[in-house]
Amino acid sequence: MTQSRWLPYALIAPAMVFLGIFFIVPLVQTIMLSFQGGSGFGLENYSKMVGDLNFGLAIKNTFLLVLTVIPLQVGLALAMGMMLQKMTAGRDVVLWIWTIPLGVSDLAAGLVWLALLQNTGYINSMLFAMGLIEGPTPWLNSETPVTLFVAVVLAEVWRATAIVLVILVGGLQLIPKEFGEAAEIFGAKPWTRFTRITLPLLKPSLQSALILRTVLAFEVFAVVYALGGRNFPVLVGEAYVWQRENQNYGVAAAYAVLVMIISLAATIFWLRALRTKPEAQA
Amino acid sequence: MTAHLTIARRALLGGTVAAAALTALAGQAFAQQDLVFLSTQLRPIEEAQKVRDLILKGAPKTTYVVDEPAPFTVRMKAEQDAGKRTVSVVGALHGELQPLAPMGSLDVIDDVAAKVAGRGIPAGLMELGKLGTGKQMYIPWMQATYVMVVKKDALPFLPAGADVNALTYEQLAAWGKAIQEKTGQRRIGFPAGPKGLMARFLQGNLLPSYTASMVTEFRSAEAEKAWSDFKAVWATVNPNASNYDFMQEPLMAGEVWIAWDHVARVKDALQAAPGDYQVVAPPAGPKGRAYMPVIAGLGITKGAPDRAGAVALIEHLTKPETQVITAREVGFFPVVNATLPADLPAGVKLLSEGVAKTQTAKDALVALLPVGLGDKGGEFNKVYFDTFQRIVLRNEPIRATLDAQAEVLRGIMNAAKAPCWAPDKASDGACPVK
Repeated sequence: MTQSRWLPYALIAPAMVFLGIFFIVPLVQTIMLSFQGGSGFGLENYSKMVGDLNFGLAIKNTFLLVLTVIPLQVGLALAMGMMLQKMTAGRDVVLWIWTIPLGVSDLAAGLVWLALLQNTGYINSMLFAMGLIEGPTPWLNSETPVTLFVAVVLAEVWRATAIVLVILVGGLQLIPKEFGEAAEIFGAKPWTRFTRITLPLLKPSLQSALILRTVLAFEVFAVVYALGGRNFPVLVGEAYVWQRENQNYGVAAAYAVLVMIISLAATIFWLRALRTKPEAQA
Repeated sequence: MTAHLTIARRALLGGTVAAAALTALAGQAFAQQDLVFLSTQLRPIEEAQKVRDLILKGAPKTTYVVDEPAPFTVRMKAEQDAGKRTVSVVGALHGELQPLAPMGSLDVIDDVAAKVAGRGIPAGLMELGKLGTGKQMYIPWMQATYVMVVKKDALPFLPAGADVNALTYEQLAAWGKAIQEKTGQRRIGFPAGPKGLMARFLQGNLLPSYTASMVTEFRSAEAEKAWSDFKAVWATVNPNASNYDFMQEPLMAGEVWIAWDHVARVKDALQAAPGDYQVVAPPAGPKGRAYMPVIAGLGITKGAPDRAGAVALIEHLTKPETQVITAREVGFFPVVNATLPADLPAGVKLLSEGVAKTQTAKDALVALLPVGLGDKGGEFNKVYFDTFQRIVLRNEPIRATLDAQAEVLRGIMNAAKAPCWAPDKASDGACPVK
């Protein structure tokens, strides 16, 4: 049985090599790049990033978006998941339809919502035809920050709730029916069963869903870019602008490093906040 | 957690892999067909197809490839460093060709200059083509500028005493206000969206019209006046302007009646309904009617795989007939002595008249595209756009904003060591910001 000792390592080696080349190396390069300025190694790019007029706004917008979108998505996905649990006929069809947005690229999703929401878009035309508005009403420019924010939230919720749903449905299916049935016999109401049995047992799936969604939400870009352009700066969008338009790769790298640090912090937060004790695992 | 890969990095990676694959593919294609013409101009598919089908007709067999300005420079540098040229002819804007000269990517083409000497290219343009080296580095290819397009619906609201062909910024504001009061809509438009050319308006039109300078007088009292006047204009500008990229779209949608943009970016609207529009020179300030000519040039790479073919191609492209076809098909105007035919499409004719009005206005003031900024060009534009965002969109105090942004501008000029260009007076060393 000497073979079995190195076999696992051999099997994960290709993945490790792949990660090393395409993840670790670019990561290190990005970090290096973020510290290289015009005058050698230092914090020049970071001070340029922090001093930029869009920096504060990008931080504010990104966090505001994450704090709005994530609770909405988790709430919606939980509700949808519970509904699916109760369904008998047609469950797969509903699940399939609900997960369609997963297959749409985020830029495409942004463009779809742009077609709906811009001042010459479908919703505007519809409201006009119904006589509810007097003419094309702009919602997505710098003078309408509130509706622009709502539009981005709508598009993000539509686009990315499905991933939370899929993870939670997987988790819900793992919960043994016996717990719920036993509680029911002892007279527990549905809400009590949900908060005392389902939610605690769902914690590991919730944790994965939250980590995945939070990290991706901090990287939000294409939807925002399609809907708001420069009117709604977010962190990854700024990285893109510094790289493509301002042609300053150093500051772009500084933004990338900042996004990575925030993502890491969010991951650690969820790992700690939703820690499941080994004996409590279902 | 692989999810830690940021989108930016993923995109970067994906892009690099795709670019590598493309380069490999392209490399194979180039092996069979030697004369490669790489251009940063005429990039949209329809325009590129017109180049291939019509403009290059009668030229040596050429592969026409396009690339955006930033990757263009990277590619020139990469080919040079690798010691393996695939591109023979480059076509790009003056400012994009400029950094290639010190990099050593451009061949001296005094021989080509001699061959096209009879074409009637103005001496001033040929001089620009030397890129300050004393030797010909590129041959002027085609030109364009930025103009104002006016829908005829707007003319009845023109303030009394104002001539649409000789507007001032104050009159433009009054005009916009009159339209807003009578129609309830803000109908002036500027391309202030992510892909719009707003920074060029600020650099080439607004500031020089008030200060006769783009850089040196950035924070002068005259500049302060320019910004406060422009704020008055902006009050009558369509609120969607911060999403506009190409002004032909809001013009065609009827959302905007008066628009400033690059001629190539309003062409579709004029072609679609030439009877509805008039093309006029941009407004004037106290120092004149500043405008920014856009010059594209043709160069030959150092170590070009097919230099003879490249020379023949440049000769072809600068022929008056080819220049007329170029004007007709893509809306860039001749640099050579060529009479545009009477049967020019109506939209292009309007544009050519607009360009002529702009260039020959008696108070015309030339503001050149930034020269010698190299990779700082993006951040240079950012200074102007940020200033606009702060003063006009975010209502910050003008004086304090100009003082702060002037610091940034000075830093860029010093880092790039770029001497002044017109309309700023020539400088020794980096162009100063007073």
